[in-house]
Amino acid sequence: MPTAETTDFKQMALARLADQAASQNDQQRAAAQVFARLDAPTRKHEEWKYLDLRQLLGQSYQLAPAQPQWAAIDPLLHQYAEDQANVLVFVNGQYAPEHSRVVSNPAQVVVCPLAEARQKYPDVVAAHLGQYAQYGDHFFAALNSAWAANGAFVWVKPNQTVAEPIIAHYVTDSSEASTLVHLRNLVVVGTSSQCTFIEHYNSTPSAFGGLTNLVAELAVGANAHLDHYKIQDEAANASHIGLTQAHQQADSRYYNTTISLSGQIVRNNLGISIDGSNCEAYMNGLMVLTGQTLVDNHTAVDHLKPHSQSNQLYKGLLDGRSTGVFNGKIYVRPDAQKTNAYQSSKNILLSDSATVDAKPQLEIWADDVKCSHGHATGALDEEPLFYLRARGIALEQARAMLMFAFADDVLARLSYAPVRDHIEKIIAERLRWQD
Amino acid sequence: MLKISNLEAAIGEKQILRGINLEVRPGEVHAIMGPNGSGKSTLASVLAGREDYEVLGGQVDFLGQDLLELAPEERAGLGLFLAFQYPVEIPGVSNTNFLKAAVNSVRKYRGQEPMDAVGFLKMMKDKMKLVNIDQSLLSRSLNEGFSGGEKKRNEIFQMAMLEPKLAILDETDSGLDIDALRIVANGVNTLKSADNAILLITHYQRLLDYIVPDFVHVLYKGRIVKSGTKELALELEEKGYDWVKQEAEALA
Ligand SMILES: Nc1ncnc2c1ncn2[C@@H]1O[C@H](COP(=O)(O)OP(=O)(O)OP(=O)(O)O)[C@@H](O)[C@H]1O
Ligand SMILES: [Mg+2]
Repeated sequence: MPTAETTDFKQMALARLADQAASQNDQQRAAAQVFARLDAPTRKHEEWKYLDLRQLLGQSYQLAPAQPQWAAIDPLLHQYAEDQANVLVFVNGQYAPEHSRVVSNPAQVVVCPLAEARQKYPDVVAAHLGQYAQYGDHFFAALNSAWAANGAFVWVKPNQTVAEPIIAHYVTDSSEASTLVHLRNLVVVGTSSQCTFIEHYNSTPSAFGGLTNLVAELAVGANAHLDHYKIQDEAANASHIGLTQAHQQADSRYYNTTISLSGQIVRNNLGISIDGSNCEAYMNGLMVLTGQTLVDNHTAVDHLKPHSQSNQLYKGLLDGRSTGVFNGKIYVRPDAQKTNAYQSSKNILLSDSATVDAKPQLEIWADDVKCSHGHATGALDEEPLFYLRARGIALEQARAMLMFAFADDVLARLSYAPVRDHIEKIIAERLRWQD
Repeated sequence: MLKISNLEAAIGEKQILRGINLEVRPGEVHAIMGPNGSGKSTLASVLAGREDYEVLGGQVDFLGQDLLELAPEERAGLGLFLAFQYPVEIPGVSNTNFLKAAVNSVRKYRGQEPMDAVGFLKMMKDKMKLVNIDQSLLSRSLNEGFSGGEKKRNEIFQMAMLEPKLAILDETDSGLDIDALRIVANGVNTLKSADNAILLITHYQRLLDYIVPDFVHVLYKGRIVKSGTKELALELEEKGYDWVKQEAEALA
């Protein structure tokens, strides 16, 4: 049974969709019809059992974008050097062209807001948008699919190595009222091409929380390589619900690294369909949480074809009263013989009030496969801590060094150095450790 | 420099040290020998401040301070160094960054400014020669995947970097081939001076041929049951521990 509050959220969303009805396309209309039939998830839904969404769905949101407070937004956009990068900026879901910049050769890659791509490249958009992120009974993804949401569009032509990463900054500015933001990203990487796509989520500090509802789709062509980071560093009262779905063709590589640093309620659904043989998929996650932040990571890798490999490594450093969830699914379909699928989740609890829930879910229909999963949660190891202290390193610093060491194999996945340095700086400050 | 009086310590319910008395003066080398499980590493750990052990009684004075009251890092700052019997592997912490943190921490305790990058690198180069340690080991994670001998060499390298007043070497010789042993022993001898002291825990005379002790003690069942000069070690090598054990049992 939906509660009164969630009905309000849904009514509000339906009213907004009705306003957009005239401009909706068939795909959006179909999603709107599905959305109208769905109830907001409650903790009774197995997939949502760690999230109490009542407060998020009970509050009212401004939908019309506020006048952006650039003085507060600007510093969030210049936290690391990106002169060699393509930059797209979205504030409350609205594209900000004057703050965006494309440096790559347009013959190699198209980088623009999705709204523009719908006009300029309708065939590419039609071939991919909505083809991978199946909303099914996912309340938020269905709403997102019905909404005419804007976001990043990246289209790498075949046989191109794009040297400059594509960085998309998403800033929620709730300085006037709580903001509901819909975002839709589409990345298409052509055959034998390579690029790096970085999503960076921030919000301005404010008394109001915001909610971002994201769907991202990534089509990785044959023999292509996509390196994809999702960096979440939103305000402590800002929430995020995202569905990220990648599709891999034969011989491709898709490396996802999801770094969650703050927020109120953060839900990441990350799915990969491995739809060709000889593919490699990495799903690496790091949560560094304090306060009351709750981060709920749901991953699902679907091996449809033989001879591919997937690796999931999720790590958490949890302090304060934070909560981390890792729910990792591995499907190996009957055709997907010789699959190697690994999953590991490791967490360190830094306070007595922090909690972690981890659940692997393996469904394997092929017989000749190698799959493994492991999960460990504990405090920092005493032995290394003593070793460092016995060399004169003070307790706080020794702990910080070990936490960094713990996070190192995920951070090492951030091969774009400015981002990695930036994240390390945030973590170091958080751990009150100066080198 | 170090004065241990009636030190008793336990782990869990089990008492291991049963009244240790030992005095070490600047410039001295003491060797501690004794059968497996007699409490040698326990003594070293209690001195270094490992928290798993509960001190049941006794005192330890180190350079005029009540050692047992200090945190492990403060002991290191004062100039105590333990070369571990089993150095722990710490993946993700680079050997060099670790050393820099350790050196600067110890300097801070001594009221010295942190070292700049150039000075640190120069110091590292000098000390590397001392124990003939390979540069490639220093860029790797601390002790991760190091061979047994490499780990021991790295311990002595750390000792060289930290310049302690009292170094406790817990079986640093075990597992070293003869060349490595000579290098390590030469390193230790070079670091030795009239102002510092060394406590060598070992099973073998082989080490004591290179680092000649002023005193040799036998630890048995948590007590020092026999002390002597370097000749005692030779006698133990020849006759084993049985006669010392018998003497001790007879006295008990
Ligand atoms: N964590 C522990 N829990 C229980 N017993 C322990 C623990 N650590 C050490 N002991 C016991 O304490 C005793 C002394 O151990 P210690 O390591 O000090 O011996 P040692 O003299 O260094 O021996 P070795 O020559 O083998 O290195 C042994 O009986 C050992 O089993
Ligand atoms: Mg021992």
